[in-house]
Amino acid sequence: MNPHASAVSGPILTRFFKVCLAVFAMCILVLAWRFVVGLGPTTGMNDGFPWGIWIAFDVVIGTALACGGFSVAILCYAFNNGKYHPLIRPAVLTSALGYSLAGASVIVDLGRYWNVWRIPLLWNWNRNSVLLEVAICIMTYVVVLWIELSPAFLEVWEKQEKFPLLCRAARRVHGWLNRYLIAILALGILLPTMHQSSLGSLMLIMVSKLHKLWHTPLLPVLFLSTAILMGYAAVIFESALADEVFDRPRETKLLASMSGIMVVVLFFFLGVRLVDLALRGRLGLIARLDFYSMMFLLEMVLFLAPALLLLSRKRRENPGIELISAIMMMLAGSLYRFDTFLVGFNPGPGWSYFPTIPEMMVTIGFVAFEVLAYLFIVKQFPILHTGLPSQTFGAVTPKSSV
Amino acid sequence: MSPTRRSVLKGIASAATLAATGVPKAIASPPRRKTPPADAVGLLYDATRCIGCQACVVKCKEANGLPPDTGTPRGAMYDAPDDLNAKTKNIIKLYKGEDGRTSFMKAQCMHCVDPACASVCMISALHKGPRGIVEWDPDKCVGCRYCMTACPFNVPKYEWNTAFPKIVKCEMCRHLLAKGGIPACVAACPREAVIFGGLETLRSDAKGRIAREPKKYFPKVYGDTDGGGTQVLYLSAAGIPFGKLGLPDLGDDPVPELSESLTHAVYQGFIAPVALYGILGFAVYRSWRSQRLGEGGEK
Repeated sequence: MNPHASAVSGPILTRFFKVCLAVFAMCILVLAWRFVVGLGPTTGMNDGFPWGIWIAFDVVIGTALACGGFSVAILCYAFNNGKYHPLIRPAVLTSALGYSLAGASVIVDLGRYWNVWRIPLLWNWNRNSVLLEVAICIMTYVVVLWIELSPAFLEVWEKQEKFPLLCRAARRVHGWLNRYLIAILALGILLPTMHQSSLGSLMLIMVSKLHKLWHTPLLPVLFLSTAILMGYAAVIFESALADEVFDRPRETKLLASMSGIMVVVLFFFLGVRLVDLALRGRLGLIARLDFYSMMFLLEMVLFLAPALLLLSRKRRENPGIELISAIMMMLAGSLYRFDTFLVGFNPGPGWSYFPTIPEMMVTIGFVAFEVLAYLFIVKQFPILHTGLPSQTFGAVTPKSSV
Repeated sequence: MSPTRRSVLKGIASAATLAATGVPKAIASPPRRKTPPADAVGLLYDATRCIGCQACVVKCKEANGLPPDTGTPRGAMYDAPDDLNAKTKNIIKLYKGEDGRTSFMKAQCMHCVDPACASVCMISALHKGPRGIVEWDPDKCVGCRYCMTACPFNVPKYEWNTAFPKIVKCEMCRHLLAKGGIPACVAACPREAVIFGGLETLRSDAKGRIAREPKKYFPKVYGDTDGGGTQVLYLSAAGIPFGKLGLPDLGDDPVPELSESLTHAVYQGFIAPVALYGILGFAVYRSWRSQRLGEGGEK
């Protein structure tokens, strides 16, 4: 039970909602075209760069930004810090949406998607494949996330006296869930730990193709820490946005103490990154001041700035600074992952990649769908915290038209 | 008797240390070298013999039912691919040095002893078949294209312009071998620049050629140990290192070694994930219970 959450009231079909719908409709058209003519005419991908933004952005960056559910769950459940509870539901909702859409992106990207049903079959598995681990984990995690979120739906359906069947089913499932949710919650921490680090391990085999500033045996550690960072940052960013749009009370104290944890993760990432480069004699690559070292330095600045900004407690409790730091962290982690998958990837002379407009439209369309689903769900179901337990359903009046 | 939060944290910390120390140990342990099967077959390409006639390119297409590639030089009337692609499993390229020296170069799948493409393939659509040939299975492949990013030679290619694409690469004409034949490129070559045979025979043949005419050859057989060894071997002319022919410098370690040893260390027998799951489950249970107690207290 989560007595501190309530649905946001207000109309669903706002102007903003309709714009997002239109963007998503365009994306569907592009997708139809992609499935008729293939990936060549629709995307910028080629034999040198067979992975484009659908993998690098939608999956590798998208799932990390969707790691809020994972980050907050670690705090809440593994470290028994119940005070973060109000943040869990919105975080899990964005995780569920982000991961589901990453899964959809993969299907769109797969050339021979009709064989995809073979992947979950145990006897087909090639246990050496890092991608298999990622695929199985992400498939399972999508299911786990929706189960984690399901109490929010069940709480509403239980009260639908008009539909006795739905009502009774919801009660039964909810009772069952309360008994077994522990196992699911633990999975919800284990699975992202596994596959987020494995996303980094995917690039380990590209010894001769990935630039030495990014190729390291520590890729899994670096990817796991950026996933945690980006997850926290996305929670702060979204909560600031939701509080502003729906005019809800700010969770300043809570978010500020979370920012304190992020400073530790930020310095851990920077430390591991630089010490690793130093130990393997690669620091000189940074001083070359070529395109790669510039990208590397930009990353470092984006990681270091929020670390320094959030160092003092006073600044952490300033919502403006907190939001700016969160945005920088999201950019930092995204750039690191983008550099590892596309910028630092060099298949040899003569090859280049830049996403086409249809390719970008698919990515943008998926994000639009995510926003649509988010708005719909928070308006129908108790996801966002109300701050005060006494506030009831619909007591919060929206001030904006989103 | 109930464990404190400190003890849970300690448990997590020690599991993490275990994982962290296990990884370097796995890397330090002697590399698990794969050896080619006893009946492994291969190709030996001798760049000093090749005259660039492209007969092998044409015959490869014929034998494998591949369409001509007329797209590249503005509507050319002849088959003129500029690189390996979905219509071309085998190609002859030309290297031209600043000193005016030239050398031909044949590119096709290297049939690595420990192939990166097979290592990364989720459900072994790419795998080592009989006699060490790297085969592609259309019934399994999902088209994720990880093989393409992982292959250090950029060999697997993808049919970009169709709704139902295939991964295309040289399979050493295994359909011809099954009927007792030899690869089409070998059969077509008028100069025996590329020959087919048992891998061990080819290796000693290649080394023998260098030993007999050391002035003629670059003193190394590419593929003997490179990237853990390949079943396609190369000889280059003296003064033309293999890098000039587009063959990457991979060292002697098998390309999949780092990623496989790391993955195996972490997922060995699935012990680490199960242990972590146990710890997490326990932590969540504790958190759950203390919250229940708290709620009960309020009521």
